[in-house]
Amino acid sequence: MIPASFEYKKATSVQEAISMLGSEDKILAGGHSLIPAMKLRLNMPTGLVDISKIESLKEIRDNEKSISIGAGVSHATIANNPEISKHMPMISEAASMIGDIQVRNVGTIGGSIAHADPSADWPGVLLASDATVVIANAEGSREVDIDQFFTGFFETALQDNEIITHVRIPKTAANANSCYVKFVQPASRFAIVGCAAAVEKVNGSVKSIRVAFNGVGDNAYRATGIENALKDQKLSAENIGSAASHATDGIDVMDDHFASENYRSHLASVFAKRALSRL
Amino acid sequence: MSYIGKSVKRIEDKRLVTGKGKYTDDIKIPGLTHAYILRSPYASANILGIDTSAAKSAEGVISVFVGTDIEGIRGVPTGWQVNFKNGDTMKEPAHPLLVTDAVRHVGDAVALVIAETKEQARDAADLIDVDYEVLEAAVDPAEAIKDGAPLVHEDAPNNICFDWELGNPVSEVDAALAKAHHITSLDFINQRLVPNAIEPRSAIGHYEEHNDHYTLYTSTQNPHLTRLLLCAFVLGIPEHKVRVVSFDVGGGFGSKIFHYTEEALVIWASRKINRPIKWTAERSESFLTDAHGRDHVTSAKMGFDKAGKMVALKVDTIANLGAYLSTFAPAVPTWLHGTLLQGLYTTPKIHIDLKAVFTHTNAVDAYRGAGRPEATYLLERLVDLAALEMNMDPAELRRINFIPAFNGVTEPGYQTQVALQYDSGNYHGVLDRALEKVGYKDFRKAQQESLAKGKLLGIGFSTYIEACGIAPSAVVGALGARAGLFESAQVRVQPTGKVSVYTGSHSHGQGHETTFVQVVADKLGIPMEDVDLVHGDSDAVAFGMGTYGSRSLAVGGSAIVKSVEKILEKGAKIAAHKLEASVDDLDYANGKWTVKGTDKSIAFGDVSLTAYVPHDYPQGLEPGLDFASFYDPTNFTYPFGAHIAIVEIDKETGKVTLQRFVAVDDVGNVINPMIVEGQIHGGVAQGIGQAMLEGAVYDESGQLINGSYMDYAMPRADDFPSFEVERTVTPCPHNPLGVKGAGEAGTIGSTPAVVNAVIDALWKAGFKVKDIKMPLTPERVWTAMNN
Amino acid sequence: MSNQITIKVNGKSYTREVEGRTLLASFLREDLSLTGTHIGCDTSGCGACTVLLDGKAVKSCTILAVQADGATVKTIEGMAENGNLHPLQASFKEKHGLQCGFCTPGMIMVASDFLASNPKPNEQEIRESLEGNFCRCTGYHNIVLAIKDAADTMSA
Repeated sequence: MIPASFEYKKATSVQEAISMLGSEDKILAGGHSLIPAMKLRLNMPTGLVDISKIESLKEIRDNEKSISIGAGVSHATIANNPEISKHMPMISEAASMIGDIQVRNVGTIGGSIAHADPSADWPGVLLASDATVVIANAEGSREVDIDQFFTGFFETALQDNEIITHVRIPKTAANANSCYVKFVQPASRFAIVGCAAAVEKVNGSVKSIRVAFNGVGDNAYRATGIENALKDQKLSAENIGSAASHATDGIDVMDDHFASENYRSHLASVFAKRALSRL
Repeated sequence: MSYIGKSVKRIEDKRLVTGKGKYTDDIKIPGLTHAYILRSPYASANILGIDTSAAKSAEGVISVFVGTDIEGIRGVPTGWQVNFKNGDTMKEPAHPLLVTDAVRHVGDAVALVIAETKEQARDAADLIDVDYEVLEAAVDPAEAIKDGAPLVHEDAPNNICFDWELGNPVSEVDAALAKAHHITSLDFINQRLVPNAIEPRSAIGHYEEHNDHYTLYTSTQNPHLTRLLLCAFVLGIPEHKVRVVSFDVGGGFGSKIFHYTEEALVIWASRKINRPIKWTAERSESFLTDAHGRDHVTSAKMGFDKAGKMVALKVDTIANLGAYLSTFAPAVPTWLHGTLLQGLYTTPKIHIDLKAVFTHTNAVDAYRGAGRPEATYLLERLVDLAALEMNMDPAELRRINFIPAFNGVTEPGYQTQVALQYDSGNYHGVLDRALEKVGYKDFRKAQQESLAKGKLLGIGFSTYIEACGIAPSAVVGALGARAGLFESAQVRVQPTGKVSVYTGSHSHGQGHETTFVQVVADKLGIPMEDVDLVHGDSDAVAFGMGTYGSRSLAVGGSAIVKSVEKILEKGAKIAAHKLEASVDDLDYANGKWTVKGTDKSIAFGDVSLTAYVPHDYPQGLEPGLDFASFYDPTNFTYPFGAHIAIVEIDKETGKVTLQRFVAVDDVGNVINPMIVEGQIHGGVAQGIGQAMLEGAVYDESGQLINGSYMDYAMPRADDFPSFEVERTVTPCPHNPLGVKGAGEAGTIGSTPAVVNAVIDALWKAGFKVKDIKMPLTPERVWTAMNN
Repeated sequence: MSNQITIKVNGKSYTREVEGRTLLASFLREDLSLTGTHIGCDTSGCGACTVLLDGKAVKSCTILAVQADGATVKTIEGMAENGNLHPLQASFKEKHGLQCGFCTPGMIMVASDFLASNPKPNEQEIRESLEGNFCRCTGYHNIVLAIKDAADTMSA
């Protein structure tokens, strides 16, 4: 219940935050993954750099062809944003399913993807949305394609001394026709399986498609087997059913107290079907 | 003025909804220090050495104690003794306040750190170096009794604490089974549960040298018994030197009945450092150290004749007690479980054989229902399964086996094959009402129709009986209780006619401050505003046995009624004197004594004043109006009910959705229907929690792998439908209020109804599975359909 | 490693020195003696510690006190005004929405945020709004009724 002692450092800008960040420090955004871990002393940083007061990280910007969501934007703010809901419904849907009211009020999208819990909702949804992660560092900033961002179990492309500033999501036809479904672990209500899908259809056929999972493997991933099976096809029940069987192709499926490997694989197919049937 | 039977809003709520409750951790005392307990990370290990030097010199640290510092203190005792079948005394190993040579479960207390702040105490604990020699652990109770299994205690061979049996001779039961037309058998586990009162346990020890007096503030259901055990059995402190206070307590469900080591530790250490000490559990400590519930491994057989009449029941159970004997532990699988195996049925031959077993896990003791949910689960699963196997209607199968209605007054109580005599019952009544409420016939039709559409609907039944208000003392003494099970009360009328009621029962959510006041105000015919209840303070209340086993109103309430009767009897003498009439000529109603057939009367308040200003007073009568009573019941009380669950199963995922839950309970007379319904709701939720979500899981090494709210599935609001509850009333014939007890009924009845509903849905869809292990996780249900 | 913070709690401003690791829940309970905010777990699960931070329900066990520097906090002690219970408090009493009372402050605080954004919720929405709050006593049945009752009062 009581974290180990640390130095609290409040940053007023991203560059200041980067300059403050010591080698054993952690970045504090919403803190809803970090603080619980610190209370159990599973994580004992020597300092916390608080970026939650940096206003520039809290903006949602509607660009012409994309929407940028600041890393410090809370899940609740995302869930309630009408533009996001209109152009990329799976983003709103996922945001409204994270945690509970209190968690959504504080937890941030940047914090969540930096933490990269394999069962968290954002990684799968952002993969399906073809997002770009924008990262600041001492040299300036760089962009990472979401497909290259999640690199392993709680691992990302983020380097030490880097801070996510925002996530950019394109206003594509696919994202406008997207959804997120999940099967929850009954205690934490994190995903045992989360499936996000975005499909652009032309004349009833699939022109572009992205399907991604979280909760299933060591990190969120795109189910290219499903995508390939449905490309240029009609989204018939039969096509969806046979495509969904590729949900875990090539994936080392997790096996834990809450779901065996076999059951989780089965659920991945079921939830792929359920997601795609809605689009 | 009539209050009994009315849904009076609760008096205690005003402080609780405004944040003014006073829970133990809320208490601050000048000079308060803070304790942190370093606990074992291993289930079984020898302690080769403990180095506390760095911790002792850490900032703010006042003292660090280890087991060897507490010489001569054996530890906390158990309150029940159950002997082996052959008469040998049960194995009763010491439960030390801090371990010395070895740890026996994850969470066993190794060192006590006391510092100026809780942060400093916590930090210093990280500096203690314990040299453990890690050993193999005995975790699974069925494995623990096998030869060669690791031993929890050297002096308990095969880890057996005791073996025990009850009922008809086993040869008679076997003979009846041999002749049975059909036998339904079931091997199953009643899984271990974590009580999870939302307030973590907390204790403050405060020794005051100037008057050599101790105060223990603690989150207990049982302040007086805690004092008795603490003083007489653990620390050897004179009882009159100790006050135990338990103001508001944030839920108990059994887990706060017991006297815990931490209570003794803070008292002992407070004297050592001559300052008050507060310890409050972190939730992860609660998971590891609040006594758990259930944890039975059972094999059962029920025999039926051709017509479906039960002919015999044979049960073999292994009960896991954990590493140490908690306060009530030996009584739970025996006298609170084996004695309930008659259920509502006329089964003529019943036998249970039980082994109580030590394992390298946290202690198991009474958790809401305590033994009775296990008995009900066993019976009701067998009955529903038998109906499926024999292709009979489960409601009809129950009906033909029910004990016929009896009121216990003009008709005798029902003598069971397993020691108890039921007080009164109308078992057909609750089932009929529940069937009507659920719309049983329509449901069966809807079930068939939905099956045709690929939807799996199921209905499950549970008709239960329980025994609560355990008593009388002489009987429980013969069964091994080391304490009496009466209750005490004092009703003190103040000179102005205002009334203070002191009860030995303890309210931690049950609403005694309202219901007990309703009873007193009703009986005295005065406004409720004129009556207050005092509880949870051993200096204010003469004695008490606390609240558990749904006993408060039946036993504690009866003690109050006895005192009220004494008040009225003495008051009548004073009134008769003042009215110049004879006592026999007086009526008492609406707060005044009236001379029959006249308008001459005297009010309760005037009589009260006279009692304390006895200028014009009956000769030979003592002044004052203040009576204490002890009530020792003549029997348990036996609430009963019928619970019905309707579930839908998602065939693709195995996820079970509880669509409806109907509970018709009979808890005897009811003082406050609103509060009784609340008790049923909460109980039902806990029972459904066991069926669908909850279960403590230890791995092979003895680690509790789901010891947090991230991993242990607590029921949430959206896991439940709105509950449909109703009551029938069959008064208890042997206590003055005719009440039976409502605290545990919901939990006892509900669990098997849900599991039976899932099994029903599966059978109707062609999946003839006999059992799915609780909790019925989606994966387990899915596996049952895809084997 | 002390930090000076100023927080307005229930309308009153407090300036205190706190350690970086001090949780808002501990700050309220220990430093300000506002013990109506309860701590029931260590994994941000139970919701007993819920307070309003700048009007939004948060779990005060998962916010550092320093993070609340400059903010406005409302706790259960600040809900009643001029001796009148807040409609939620009144409805919890009226509908028997509490038993032991330990989870109650958190329930009331989260419900006040929920009803602000959804003044006329149905039963299912109320149940879902309590996802972050555990009650072990009531089976949630009467809590749901109490929140509905308060919603009716507040939107009347």
